[in-house]
Amino acid sequence: MWNYEKILQYPVKVSKNDLEMAKYLYAQYGGPDSELSAGIRYLTQRYFIPTDEAKATLTEIGTEELAHWEILGTLIYKLTEGLPVQALRDAGLGAHYAQHGKNLYPHDAAGVPWTASYIQSHEDPIATLHENLAAEQKARATYEYLINLSNDAGVIDTLSFLREREVVHFQRFGETLDIVRDYLENEGGRRDY
Amino acid sequence: MTREQLEMLKELMALDFYVLELSLFLNTHPNNRQALEDHNMTVRKYQDLKMDYVRRYGPLCIGCVSEYPWQYIETAWPWEIEY
Repeated sequence: MWNYEKILQYPVKVSKNDLEMAKYLYAQYGGPDSELSAGIRYLTQRYFIPTDEAKATLTEIGTEELAHWEILGTLIYKLTEGLPVQALRDAGLGAHYAQHGKNLYPHDAAGVPWTASYIQSHEDPIATLHENLAAEQKARATYEYLINLSNDAGVIDTLSFLREREVVHFQRFGETLDIVRDYLENEGGRRDY
Repeated sequence: MTREQLEMLKELMALDFYVLELSLFLNTHPNNRQALEDHNMTVRKYQDLKMDYVRRYGPLCIGCVSEYPWQYIETAWPWEIEY
């Protein structure tokens, strides 16, 4: 099960409204390499993965991704809060407003809705963990593009924290891959092919 | 939210994060004694501070003790806080 705590993993401070930036941040709220994709991906992959280290890593990183999803939601909320409809329209968020009002929706920076086809879940742990290593690098790259698009020190600070987490997760998934490889070679030697 | 409460909340956030970071490391290094000691020490600090925070400012979760009436719905939502 999960328990909700009314705290963010990292503070979100924005210096001013910036609807264009809010629109770009949707890349990580509901895009292919978003925090939503990451959370659903890892939490779905847990069931048939061998080794307790791998089960723990998928569970904890998957859970952390949902905390990051909340940070992205907070960034978008704070950048959008209190602005008139015309401002949303001017920033290219008129179509979003037509369908959702000002509330959030899991779509990408271009408005394409999130889909489970962004993620994969294999029984084969080598395939799964390589997908996750790639996912962390794609998210890191996306955060770098977003940092380049922002000129708000607060937004950049939060995005830099999230970028750093991708690097740490990549490291942890790499260690998990080594552990699973050892397991397959030494204990789980029989494979189903 | 007062400056004092915010500072305490940020300290709690930092400790919570440190526990998570150490646990992620321990998941792939379960035999690292130093990391485990750091983890256990940080958990104790976190629990003490959280208890103190909740006593002063109200519940952060449904498993926190609440005064009457139910306080969980009244404490600040994380996306509405001015950090």
